[in-house]
Amino acid sequence: MILASLGFQTISDAVASGAIYALMAVGIGLVFGVLRLVNFAYGQLVMAGAYTLAFTSTWPVAASIATCFAVVVALSLAMEVSVFRPLRDQSPAVMLVTTFAIAFLLQAIALIVDLRNDTLGEVVFSSIGSLNEAVTVGGVNIRKVTIVAVGVAAFSLLVIALLLGRTTIGLHTRAAANDFRTARLLGVRANRVITFAVVVSGLLAAAVAVLLVVANPLVTPEFALHDTIIVLVGVVVGGIDRLWTATLGGFAIGFASGIINGLLPTDQSVYLPSVLFGAVILVLLLRPGGLFAWGRPTSVERV
Amino acid sequence: MTRYLQAAVQLLGPVALVVAVGLMSTTVSDANKIYFLSALVSVAIVVSIYVFVGNSGVLSFGQISFVAVGAFAAGVMTVPLESKKGVLTELFPLLRDHTIGNVPSLLLAAALGGVFALIVGLPLMRLSGLAAGIATFALLEITHNVLQQWTKIGPGATTLSLVPDTTGALQATVGAVIAIAVALAYQWSRLGRQLRASREDPAAARAIGVHVHRQRLWAFVLSGALAGFAGALYVHLLGSITTEQVYLELTFLTLAMLVVGGLNSLWGAVVGALVVSGLDSFLGEAEQGVDVGFNVDLPTGTRLVILAAIMAVVLVLRPSGLTGGREVRLPRIGRRRNAAPAQAEG
Repeated sequence: MILASLGFQTISDAVASGAIYALMAVGIGLVFGVLRLVNFAYGQLVMAGAYTLAFTSTWPVAASIATCFAVVVALSLAMEVSVFRPLRDQSPAVMLVTTFAIAFLLQAIALIVDLRNDTLGEVVFSSIGSLNEAVTVGGVNIRKVTIVAVGVAAFSLLVIALLLGRTTIGLHTRAAANDFRTARLLGVRANRVITFAVVVSGLLAAAVAVLLVVANPLVTPEFALHDTIIVLVGVVVGGIDRLWTATLGGFAIGFASGIINGLLPTDQSVYLPSVLFGAVILVLLLRPGGLFAWGRPTSVERV
Repeated sequence: MTRYLQAAVQLLGPVALVVAVGLMSTTVSDANKIYFLSALVSVAIVVSIYVFVGNSGVLSFGQISFVAVGAFAAGVMTVPLESKKGVLTELFPLLRDHTIGNVPSLLLAAALGGVFALIVGLPLMRLSGLAAGIATFALLEITHNVLQQWTKIGPGATTLSLVPDTTGALQATVGAVIAIAVALAYQWSRLGRQLRASREDPAAARAIGVHVHRQRLWAFVLSGALAGFAGALYVHLLGSITTEQVYLELTFLTLAMLVVGGLNSLWGAVVGALVVSGLDSFLGEAEQGVDVGFNVDLPTGTRLVILAAIMAVVLVLRPSGLTGGREVRLPRIGRRRNAAPAQAEG
């Protein structure tokens, strides 16, 4: 079997990156559900969190992580109030361009902040980095971050599932994701539902920031940009209309790119982006609802 | 009569603006000339994007792919033969052993851009809304990836240099005017009007017999050809180019130009391109330190912050852009506003 020949290290790394991408997919999918908005600037939220971690490296780890969560959630809410709210009635295309502009804005601000000391990139040197060390479990080495990532992802998904399934706000969110106008007619408050989704997606972005800096402690303005593009691809391929298909898509693409990176030597994976994006176009054309979306009408229009 | 007058104004307004910028470029110092010329090339690129995005109402992040194809085709084919054999050794023999002149390279770029747009447009034009945005973004990524890696068709990840810089004041102005004239001719044509009808209401347009997929495809191909042409102007202006220069940042800048000017009119595309690229040049200088009465010295990166902020503010406060999506019109002298609704549209 191919998997067996890969070695446990590659598989566990692939699972970790799948778990992290799944978290980002939930963050993007939740906001899409209520706002019908694909947030191109999601990676910049993660980037802001990573910078916060870098600047607070000298603090105790718990305080540093708490600040990271606070900053990212605040930024996420600020984005909602100042940009998404005024644009709620605009077409998806206008909203897409706007988040594109916000992404560039945040990235350019990060560049200015970063270049104050004339070197590009800030290093996270707090003890979060020690998660990168390996522990031996039953004769195989696993990096601690792999366990943490899988644990955090499983925990977050469970909490979100409970929130959506068992609470009033979760019920409102699901109703709004299904049909926003009817939900509003039935007494669902738009602002509350959207704020809920935006806060949860901010929390997830902060968690992703913590997990990503472990493997990659050098934070630059382009931090998480590449990951966000890959996750967006996964979300669309999986099926953006439903949260679970989107999450599955995120996990699948993280896992697949981990495996492919382990399988192929670097000089052969140069066309990997083309293959991935070609697959996206194919899925959009052939299964507009997503690979994992069965038996439901989709919101993707065709002419 | 008024109709023809309005039509003439719609054509002459943007053309006059472009010619004025072209004339201005001949009076300034050589160091500043590049800013005026790149503004004119921006007009050509933005107009090419407008032909598809503005007329169809379908968002595309992928039009810069055609600019890239045009730029590299024109660039690779005009590098002088003697230097090409030394620098671009891995090219296909056909590309390596032939070199063409300036004007043929512009035409080649336009043709390649159009053909490429036709091939990818056939399937992609079935999509609209969000799916179209994502799919065209995927197209940009694929084009960039292939151009960067495939050294048989171009320089790969290295800089393509030694391209003759033939885009002077004359070529930039004429190029921009051609783009404007073609865009307006299309917009006034039967095809253009059918597509604009489908932009306003796809269902109603289909009901009166508009084939939406076919109309979008025509616009996409025309837009691709103009974008390829604009890419050729661009490479001949710069003299050297890398794949990074025709990728995300240019996509962002040109979209900002179109959005700031106003998505729905050619006048908006032209005004937006000139305003934003003027601002862009000024901010680029200000990052190096510039004297305008007092000394302005902005930190590196301010340029993108301000442009992105302006784009976001315009989108939030005035989604129809500076021009409000209108073409140029003659000022109405001696007529009260709202006097005669029947004459409101020229």
